[in-house]
Parts: sequence; C-alpha cells; structure tokens
Amino acid sequence: MSALLFAQIQFQSRKGNTCVAENGLCPDWITHNFDRYVGPFWQHVFLTVTSVAIGFVIAFLLALLAHRKRWLIPPLSATSQILYGIPSIALFLLLLPLTGRGNVTALIALVSYTLIFIFVNVSTGLDGVPPDAVDAARGMGLSERQLLWRVEVPLALPEILAGLRIAATTTVGLAALAFFAGAGGLGQEIYADIGFKSNVVVAGGLAVLLAVILDLLILGVQRLLTPWRRATS
Amino acid sequence: MTPVLASVIDDFSGGIDFIFNQRESVSGQTQVGGHEMIHLTLNHLALSAAAVVVAAAIAVPLGLYLGHYGKGEFAAINASNVGRSIPTLVLLAVFIAYLGVGFIPIMISLALLALPPILTNTFVGTRQVEGDSVDAARGMGMTEAGIMRSVELPLAIAIIFAGVRVATVNVIATATIAPLGSVDSLGTPIISENVYGADGRLGAAIAVTVLTLAISGGLAVLQRAVTPRGLKLGRGEPRQRNRVFPSLRRRAQTTP
Repeated sequence: MSALLFAQIQFQSRKGNTCVAENGLCPDWITHNFDRYVGPFWQHVFLTVTSVAIGFVIAFLLALLAHRKRWLIPPLSATSQILYGIPSIALFLLLLPLTGRGNVTALIALVSYTLIFIFVNVSTGLDGVPPDAVDAARGMGLSERQLLWRVEVPLALPEILAGLRIAATTTVGLAALAFFAGAGGLGQEIYADIGFKSNVVVAGGLAVLLAVILDLLILGVQRLLTPWRRATS
Repeated sequence: MTPVLASVIDDFSGGIDFIFNQRESVSGQTQVGGHEMIHLTLNHLALSAAAVVVAAAIAVPLGLYLGHYGKGEFAAINASNVGRSIPTLVLLAVFIAYLGVGFIPIMISLALLALPPILTNTFVGTRQVEGDSVDAARGMGMTEAGIMRSVELPLAIAIIFAGVRVATVNVIATATIAPLGSVDSLGTPIISENVYGADGRLGAAIAVTVLTLAISGGLAVLQRAVTPRGLKLGRGEPRQRNRVFPSLRRRAQTTP
C-alpha cells in the first residue's frame, strides 16, 4: 500500500502528463486547465439564479393568491408536486421538441422544480403568523394590503427564505444535468470526461461550492432581514 | 404554428413507437427498442431496488438508534441538507472516477443518494413518538431494543415510509444516468443517442417519466397501507401534516 502511494507521489512529482495518464488528481493539470471551467461555472450560476428568481416570483404570487382564496391551495400544491415528480433529465428531453436546445428549455424545467419548495414554504409561513399579531394590526386600522406587507410577510420571512435556500441548493444540482437540454453548465464538463479524477473533482467541487455559497448567502440575508429572531435565539 | 405542432407530434409519436416496436439501430447492426425496453426497465428497477434496500438497511436502524437515545440530532437532521447540496451527477462521477464503472460503484452512489432522506425521516419519526408510550413499554419490562422494534418502529413507520418514498423516486430518476458507469438502465438510449437515435432518446425519456410517476403513485398508496390503523383513526390532523415530506424537510431546514 505504502509502496503504491509512494509510486503515485513519484508520478506526480514528475511532469503533469504522466499524472494525467495515470488518472490521478493532478495539481499541475488543474492549474493549467482551470480556465476552461470558468465559462461553464458562470453559465451554471446564470441557470441557477435566473430560475430561482423566476420561480420565486411565480410561486410567491401564487402563494399570496392562495392565502386569500384558500380553495386554491390543494390544486396548486398538487400541480407543483407532480411537476417535481418528473425526473429532471426526462423533462429536459421532453421539452426539446417543443422549445429546442438551449437556455429556454433548461430554465423552463428548472423553474418548474423550484415552485414546490417556495410555494409550500410561503404558504406555511403565512399560515404560521400568530392570529394575535393579525388582530392587533387590524385593530390599529391597517388595510388588508398593509396587513400583508407590514405584518404577515415580514413574520413569514424565515420560512420563505428557508424555502428559497432549499430551492437554490436543489437547483444547483439539477442544473448540473441541464446539458441534456443543450444549456451547458458544469455538468457538461463532468460528462465530457467522467472517468478523469482531476476533471470530476474540479467541476464537481465548483458545483458543490456554488450550492454552499448560495445557501450561506440566503442565510445571511435572512439574518439581516429578521433581526428580532437573532435577539431571541 | 401548425408546422411546429406537426413536428412536435411527429417527434413524440416516433418516441412512443420506439417503446413498443423494435427497429434497427442507427448504425444498422443491432435491433433496439420495443422488446429491449423490457430488459432495460427491469435492469433499471433492479439497480434502484438494490440501492434503496441497502440505504434503508443502514439508515432505518441507525435512525431508530439515534432517535431512541436522542443522539446525533444535528447530524441526522442536517443529513438531508448536506445530501441536497451535492449534485447527483457529481456523486455518481466521483464514484466512477475513483471506484471505476460497474454495478457496485453505481449502486453504492445511488444508495448514498437514498440514505439522507430515510435517515432524517426515521430520526424525526422516532423522536416524535410520545414519551408515554415508551414509558409504558418500559414499565411492562420491554428491553430498549424491544421498544425500538415493537413500539417506536410501528409508530414512526408512516414517516419512515415517506422518506423511503422520496428516496426511491430520487433513485429511480437518477438511475437514468447509470449508463455513464456502464450499467444498463432506461437511460441507455438517452446516453447512447448515436446508437438509438432521436426517437430512442425521446422514447426513453417518456418511459422514465411514466415509470417514476407510477412508482411514486404506487408507493403513496402503499404508504397508506403500511400506516397502522390506530394512527389513521382519531389523530388524523397532525399525522397528515407530518406525512407530507416537503414540510418535514422545511422544518428540518429551519432548525438552526
């Protein structure tokens, strides 16, 4: 075992090509080839951020609507559940005949997967607002619109942003398959040479890094927007 | 508009035709589609089932143990969150690059994918069993292992099964990319488009969608069946809420 390890170190201490031929994790190769991951990385960021943003607008508005008209909740959540149940690779391919290869197809599929998390969380967040707070706001003479934006939405923010976090990390993972729709991204790089350790580690590492960064970013926003939660916890 | 619609219908009927009728491959050497789809579907299901069984065999006892003794709450709750931030393609690619291709590495990577939701749900399900029931069992002289097996497991089974269902659906969807690791599944015509053609690719996508939705629906029915009758009666409301997995995940996520 140690002899084998030593042999590997030997290979790496020589020139990059031997390491690549041996299918190792090659620092030289990575530094020389890092440039080709930059484009796909930003494409991945674009796909994720755009689809989460569009999905948020759609699901948030639907949840507000369902908050007023309760009977809409079962059909809307059932629809988003069914959309979520379709395997992502299949959905990319099923959309191809309709919308062609490229970003549009990828975004339609990715947006449809974000809906469930945001819709469910906004709904439960709004439902969880204490009735006392709503009564007090009404007693102070707030209109329905003021009540929504000044009391209900702020109090539901932790839930809403939690839903956004789940949507963001999930979408990073699904966007890794967007190359089936011809939309590139880090998945394309992984797929191009899936047996090569250096390639898989760099492209995969960037994808995981992106998920973690987005997660922490939204967590930071949540802490900034809900200072009262910090005081109590 | 009309020519677009016609070409869409044409594409889809080609895909459906591929599922039901065998044809020559693109290179013209072998027969693909039709009968072959049965073989691919069975392989797809065998691979998925093996992965879920392995994951459940590890996650259910572990979740019961951790839940019973109240240990490792942070790890058990956050397993799903960590699992979600690792893209499935990355998980599969790491196993292929480091362990090589074949049934075992692919099955293990799919099992790892299935593990977090089952673990989190088993833990949460065990924790929310009422203390009174556990105390009563202990007072009757049951051993700790007996309590886990005969009291906590049945009372948590609905939530555990919800986790198994989510895991199974995820695994079946992801088994589509198993051919990247040289394991045949319904994804084979998708990955090897040069052999199967555009019809094969679309046909396989349709087949995977139908299979996943069917299994998901079937497991939802089964989930009702495995829920002990006592849990369905009388205490419908809180149970109902717990059984919806996304809300459970949300709760897990919000735990600071």
